[in-house]
Amino acid sequence: MPLLDVENLTVTLATSSGSAQAVRNLSFSLDEGEIIGIAGESGSGKTMTALSLMRLLPHKGFATGSIKFSGKDLLAQTNRAYRDIRGNQIAMIFQDPMTSLHPMIKIETQLTEHIRHHKKISQESAHLKALELLDTVKIPDPASALEAMPKQFSGGMRQRIAIAIALACDPKLLIADEPTTALDVTVQAGILRLLDQLRREKNLAVMVITHDLGVLSSLTDRIMIMYAGSEVESGLTSDLLKNPRHPYTKGLISALPTSSISGKKLLTIEGMPPELGQIPSGCAFHPRCAYAKTSCESQIPTSISISTKHRIFCPVNPLVSS
Amino acid sequence: MQQIKKSKNLTLAGNMSAKVSSSFAKFIYKRIAVGLLMMIGITFVAFAVTQVVPGDPAAVNLGQSAMSNPEIVARWRAEYGLDKPVPEQYMRYISKVLQGDLGISQHSRRPVSEDLAEYFPATIEIALVAIIFSIIIGFSLGILSAMTRDRLPDQLIRVLSLTGVSMPTFWTSLVVFYIFFFKLGWFPGTGRLDPGGDEPTHLTGLYTIDALVHGQFSIAWIALKHLALPAIVLATYTIGVLTRFTRASVLEILGNDYVRSARAKGLPEWLVIKRHVLRPALLSIITVAGVAFGGLLSGSVLVENVFSWPGLGQYAFKSAIALDLPGIMGVSIVVAGVFIIMNLIVDFLYRIIDPNLRSE
Amino acid sequence: MKMKISKGSPWRQPLALVGISILAFWIILAIFAPLIAPFDPLAQDSDALMNPNHLHWLGTDSVGRDIFSRIIYGARISLPLAILLVFLSIIVGSIIGGLAGYFGGWIDSTLMRFADIVLAFPGIILAMAVSAALGPQLRNAVLAVVLVAWPTYARLVRSLILSSKDSDYVTASRLLGSSTRRTLLVDLRPNISGSVLVLGALEAGNGLLLLSGLSFLGLGAQPPSAEWGAMVSAGANNFEKWWIGIFPGIAILTAVLAFNFIGDTLRDALDPRTAKALRN
Repeated sequence: MPLLDVENLTVTLATSSGSAQAVRNLSFSLDEGEIIGIAGESGSGKTMTALSLMRLLPHKGFATGSIKFSGKDLLAQTNRAYRDIRGNQIAMIFQDPMTSLHPMIKIETQLTEHIRHHKKISQESAHLKALELLDTVKIPDPASALEAMPKQFSGGMRQRIAIAIALACDPKLLIADEPTTALDVTVQAGILRLLDQLRREKNLAVMVITHDLGVLSSLTDRIMIMYAGSEVESGLTSDLLKNPRHPYTKGLISALPTSSISGKKLLTIEGMPPELGQIPSGCAFHPRCAYAKTSCESQIPTSISISTKHRIFCPVNPLVSS
Repeated sequence: MQQIKKSKNLTLAGNMSAKVSSSFAKFIYKRIAVGLLMMIGITFVAFAVTQVVPGDPAAVNLGQSAMSNPEIVARWRAEYGLDKPVPEQYMRYISKVLQGDLGISQHSRRPVSEDLAEYFPATIEIALVAIIFSIIIGFSLGILSAMTRDRLPDQLIRVLSLTGVSMPTFWTSLVVFYIFFFKLGWFPGTGRLDPGGDEPTHLTGLYTIDALVHGQFSIAWIALKHLALPAIVLATYTIGVLTRFTRASVLEILGNDYVRSARAKGLPEWLVIKRHVLRPALLSIITVAGVAFGGLLSGSVLVENVFSWPGLGQYAFKSAIALDLPGIMGVSIVVAGVFIIMNLIVDFLYRIIDPNLRSE
Repeated sequence: MKMKISKGSPWRQPLALVGISILAFWIILAIFAPLIAPFDPLAQDSDALMNPNHLHWLGTDSVGRDIFSRIIYGARISLPLAILLVFLSIIVGSIIGGLAGYFGGWIDSTLMRFADIVLAFPGIILAMAVSAALGPQLRNAVLAVVLVAWPTYARLVRSLILSSKDSDYVTASRLLGSSTRRTLLVDLRPNISGSVLVLGALEAGNGLLLLSGLSFLGLGAQPPSAEWGAMVSAGANNFEKWWIGIFPGIAILTAVLAFNFIGDTLRDALDPRTAKALRN
């Protein structure tokens, strides 16, 4: 049984002009200790997927479908029951460490409040746990760091603290939403190494969300590419990056700056991703797709297996490339 | 709002105490300097306004027959320094103020400072009760409103608070006065004490406090009953303002990343609100409460008029209709003083609430 | 600072609808006052101090005038004045705020310190002094209220100009050779006018409250005018006869409420940053 099993997840958000679907019929699963990367342009629904796992969707947003975590359907839990899972068995770190820590609360409180709430332990043992956590994420001088305020730390340090907070209750699943986007390039590598190390040491399952395929290549076991709220392609990292099959994935990979170093021209995908609530009919990608046929305008693509674990949602492209 | 310095490395608080006291003193001096400038500005505006308009104080304060006698008019003008050129009048006034002399009121014929010492505490007493009332109710309703966003309690509170800011204070005074004094007799009528009743032994001029300090409990009770209606009426507008503002700022704070982080920890909602939302919300609310206190002085003019409350508002009103320059200027100076003190209190509260400011 | 009043939706919200209905009610009463009002608002031809009855629905005042008719005629005074107040305050505030925001430097600091001082002053005390000095008349009370009200608009206009001054399209139009004045009037105005009008809706109620307050104190409309604040004042002098003061006050309350319902809904429909500028 996978640790996480998402089926037919659909997220509906309220917009000024009515409701709109930010995630459509998404299905994927994740095993213990596995790292999956979810990639796509902004607005592709990857963050909403994460927030629906955390049940932290914006005001008036809701999710349907099923999200099974260790066999329990998360969407069916009461708020109260869910709060025992959130922060305890599933934890999340956010994009911008400059804003995700509370500016007016000292580090120790931010690091221990949920340990004390979930694990019902004493202040002293929470304190010891906090020291250990800061040591794990390689914060120098943990004892004085606990007494400090967030503004006394740099962005990279704050993201390490945010990771420590997420790990505090020994969760089984960590969701990292663009964990390195707001950081300097030099700091990014350190955070990625830390995530990789934690997965190996703690058998932690990690879901990394990013728009940057480069971040995923070194870290993840599998990658899922999203476009306009749906999966377009997924597979083992090496398979997918070396042998992308969906026109959108191909576009994303050829748009990576690293692929232009090898002498090829840096490609971009024509046009813009659709706005929320204005998703094209049929295959959502067809207006931007170089291979689109008339049938793409009306036919909603279904999953086609390429190999074990590698599948795409495009009826046209496998034929083109074979 | 607060300065968050990005320190790239880990600098921890150490031997701060010396630095704190000197920077705090500097901050206080700066505040007072700004306040004094404000005071000069306010008196200048008040002075200018009463000069550029055509009204003649002599005509208002002297009777018809006296006005027809040029000698009396001239003597009256000379007595109040009105025969001098305007800039000279202002300079003379300011230099006197600096010596603590606010001049003689033309309508009460007493020193303005004595008048103010008598009237001002009466207004402060209802204004303080009203602001405390407003903060407690406005803050609670605003938080409730934000937490039940767009649902029934929020809608009801929205209509209530908008009604609060739409009620003409003078009319509300009248309604409350009619119902609770005239019809039901639950509260005493006008004034600060029952007619002919004993005043408490003077200490602050706030009757309830003076009476309590001196153990005159029956007087304190009477003063409190007299205080209740005007203070409640005065609070209606401010409650509305603070409720709306609290709702807006709590909603803004709830949208912050750090609140999402707190929720992501699985903390119960009340703890998220108490520990992560209340503190930053308080910061923005005390700023508005400080401004609202100035608004209470405005409201007091109308409330005091209906309840015959012998306060600053009544004094300002009498001074205005008498075109009594020393009186109006005296009120302006008190208002500027309140403004300065309110700012100091707000800054001080900031430092208590925000630990980041404490160590700076 | 784009206006986001999307697809007329705020106007369809219940609160705004209530506000519009109340306002429409008063406007109709004001326009058709001679047809609707059963009595001459100034005629003293009934018994004084009559309780509300089938003839005089809201009773009569101390000199025998019909209160219902006076309230209807009062709408002819208060509503146009509320609009006029907002209009004049917008003009004064926009000019001062516009100059401050556009030129910056010492012009900005001088004008804005002045605005701060006026704002720090309790509005009614300043308005009282001005109105008393100019002479207690409705016209002077209007001027006094404008004198107190303009800084709010000035601050808003200034902050909107500052935030859009450096935006690409203004820079572009200046690069294309537009004069300063043209940039101010043509390029910036459409972006600012929406927010200023929302502030106007919010402030119309406050202006009406202040104006009727001055009349209540005897510093605005004078007897026998059927101005609502002055009518409440007559009720205060005769508070045992509750109907004299209570009904005109309800008229003020509903009119102010209407402005506030509309203004509040419009503000919520603005994008959050502009809404925040309006709140401070």
